Amino acid sequence: MSAFSVQFGLTLAGALFCLGLVGVLVRRNILFILLSLEIMLNAAGLAFVVAGARWQQPDGQVMFLFILVAAAAEVAVGLALVLQLFHRLRTLDADAAARMRG
Amino acid sequence: MRELLWLIPALPCAGFFILTLAGARLSHRGVALIGAGSVGLAALLSALVGLAFITAPPSSYAYVQTLWTWLEVSGLQPGIAFHLDPLALVMITVITAVGFLIHLYAVTYMGEEEGYGRFFAYMNLFVGAMLTLVLADNLLLLYLGWEGVGLCSYLLIGFWYRDPVSGYAARKAFVVTRVGDVALALGILLLATQVGTLHIQDLLRETARQWPDGSPLATLAAFLILGGALGKSAQLPLQTWLPDAMAGPVPVSALIHAATMVTAGVYLIARLQGLFTLAPAAQGAVAAIGAATLLLAGCSALVQRDIKRILAYSTISQIGYMFLALGVGAWSAAIFHFLTHAFFKALLFLGAGAVMLGLNHERDIYRMGGLRTRLPLTFWTFLVGAASLSAFPLVTAGFYSKEFILAQAWQSGGPWLWAAGIAGAFLTSLYAFRMVFLVFCGPAKGDVSLAPSLCRDIPLLVLALLAIVSGFLETPRTLGGLSLLTDFLRTGGPASLPELSLEVRLQLIASLASLAGIYTAYLFFRKRPRLAEEPQSAVVRLLHRFWFSGWGFDWLYHALLVQPFLWLAKINRDDFLDLIYRATAWCAAASHRALSRTQTGQVRWYAAVIAGGTVALVALAVFL
Amino acid sequence: MATFLAISRTNAIHALLYFIVSLLALALVFFLLGAPFAAALEVIIYAGAIMVLFVFVIMMLNLGAEAAKQEREWLRPSGWIGPAMLAAILLGEFICILAGKGLPLAEAGMVGPKAVGAALFGLYVVGVELASLLLLAGLVGAYYLGRRDEAQKKGGAIP
Repeated sequence: MSAFSVQFGLTLAGALFCLGLVGVLVRRNILFILLSLEIMLNAAGLAFVVAGARWQQPDGQVMFLFILVAAAAEVAVGLALVLQLFHRLRTLDADAAARMRG
Repeated sequence: MRELLWLIPALPCAGFFILTLAGARLSHRGVALIGAGSVGLAALLSALVGLAFITAPPSSYAYVQTLWTWLEVSGLQPGIAFHLDPLALVMITVITAVGFLIHLYAVTYMGEEEGYGRFFAYMNLFVGAMLTLVLADNLLLLYLGWEGVGLCSYLLIGFWYRDPVSGYAARKAFVVTRVGDVALALGILLLATQVGTLHIQDLLRETARQWPDGSPLATLAAFLILGGALGKSAQLPLQTWLPDAMAGPVPVSALIHAATMVTAGVYLIARLQGLFTLAPAAQGAVAAIGAATLLLAGCSALVQRDIKRILAYSTISQIGYMFLALGVGAWSAAIFHFLTHAFFKALLFLGAGAVMLGLNHERDIYRMGGLRTRLPLTFWTFLVGAASLSAFPLVTAGFYSKEFILAQAWQSGGPWLWAAGIAGAFLTSLYAFRMVFLVFCGPAKGDVSLAPSLCRDIPLLVLALLAIVSGFLETPRTLGGLSLLTDFLRTGGPASLPELSLEVRLQLIASLASLAGIYTAYLFFRKRPRLAEEPQSAVVRLLHRFWFSGWGFDWLYHALLVQPFLWLAKINRDDFLDLIYRATAWCAAASHRALSRTQTGQVRWYAAVIAGGTVALVALAVFL
Repeated sequence: MATFLAISRTNAIHALLYFIVSLLALALVFFLLGAPFAAALEVIIYAGAIMVLFVFVIMMLNLGAEAAKQEREWLRPSGWIGPAMLAAILLGEFICILAGKGLPLAEAGMVGPKAVGAALFGLYVVGVELASLLLLAGLVGAYYLGRRDEAQKKGGAIP
């Protein structure tokens, strides 16, 4: 139904993944890090869906569902942790939580 | 009697074991009983065995007792076996008798010392090792005894181990004699490989059969054995350890460094005389070294201040006489001098010990004086000993033995060796009576407090008696013609004797030399002492200092050997192998440090590292 | 495009909104690929639930203007260099991998929700159960971690 080739889809997924990676590495605010993590997960899901469409099988979308579930759980717990961190350290700086070093 | 032969070395060794294990727990009396008793028993046994030997000599003129075979390697089968022939009998009698007397002396002399049990343990081990050395029937067992006495010498010189001077002296003694021991070991190995047996009697027979006179192998072996003897007997060039060894206690000096251990070299050469006869070059070297040493040591003894050092140099000098005798082929003369020397030298050392004890461990003879009246017994016995040392004519044993050597030296060695001997005799009596006059005569200096002690006096008296009487074993033809010792030893005696009138003249010259020395000493140190105490010209002062340092040998060895070795050790302190190990450790520590730095605790850093690693892995997967 | 903007905004809400835009675009892509189910899921769950969570948290934390300023100072350009290079390398690798294969879309069929449902409850039913367990765990964890009563504060350490 479309003129998308697999390559294009996968490239798009790759690009989105890289962008998300950049976001994780660059930003210091924990929230933004989590956000970029979501972007990466999304990109991975895109890759799966593209593959599933290529082979005309539902497996790709099933995998996408599972990824989505994992992302949801992770976001829930992660945001709860962020809230805890904020209450303890009064800041959202990722580097501030470095006291368990060594 | 023959079956009890093994007990003679075994008893002192047993004493050593008992004292090592239980010495700290026994009382002084118990330690003394075991320590002196074991040697006393050994002395008794040697006397009995000797009596049996003399009255009923066995057919081969030797007792042999084999205990067991020690090793068996490539044809050699040295065993633990004892061989008692006249030479060995003389040696063990002297060793045990003098040893017992010295042990007796030490019972009270070392009474105040801590480590009393340790002292007697070491002394017993020493006597045991020395007896093993003398009674051994093969060179390997002899070497065992040789090493044993070396060890005991080290242990006993360093008896007061807390004093660094003692430790240094002990180490020096050990290292210098070690040089000799290496030569001896090489000689033994040479003989073992070339002749195929280490059993002494077989060895001598085989070499006499196989090797012609003057063969290079015989000469080499003889020189190596001579090297060993030089180390133990403190002759040139390995004589530097003996004066320093005086840091040990007086009984040690008396036993080891006067009567027995230092004569082990003499015994070795006398035992292997067959080998030396095959190597005239080596024998000549023995005589030359003996002559040189006796002069060198005599000069050094003349200028020493420490009473024990004088006696040490005197020992070196007298052993030089023995080597001289061995070198000219006068085997029995050497043994005779060994016998008399053991008595009078031990006597002198024990007397010096009494003097030192009385003056509260004072050693400098210039700080002693006038002890003749205050320590009468010590004075008279010491006088006998000094007279014997100076070969005072006719009444002392030293006269007869030294005279014997000098006559042989003239006959078989030529006029130069004899002249060296005469000069040495003059020097000997000079320094001996210098000692007597300075210590016992003259104005009194210092306080004397000496508790009377039988244990100390009896040995002094007995030795004094022996120092006079033992001379009559062997008298020259003009004075009785006794030759008990030579006959007994049945060794090749002097090839020929000088004609009678010549012999009388030689004796007169020898006596004159000795008396002249005594008179000169009297002149310098009694009548006009200031003449000696203020050396006049620069030459005399230089000579004085040169002789005082033992002719500079210590300095020479220090510069030639010790300094380069220390330098090598210093530059090699961080040596190559060490660096490898340290590098390994350093690498581990450095990696630890590097890796620790990655543990920053920062989330973003960890994420970055994970990302980077993943990228790298993907690249690896893609491109490879 | 929207994603790039999403990661580079200083204000959290702005970033979120950009992200939502990118999600919607992706949903469209899904639809175009013939995966309507995935598209629907994307919009409902991802954009609907997860992003809403984010919005809630940001609102709760009450990040105001100072937060924006802080972000600005944290986001210096020099910080972008390293990660950008890393991402570029990664992208390059992806393209290398894909360069070889020229696979056009074979058929233009659509994989409808019915097929996906059949697969989920047929082949992948165990996975579905596990996923539900995971969600339960996430629920419990988030609830527990989100508590802020007095007992925690007295305890001191994060429980």
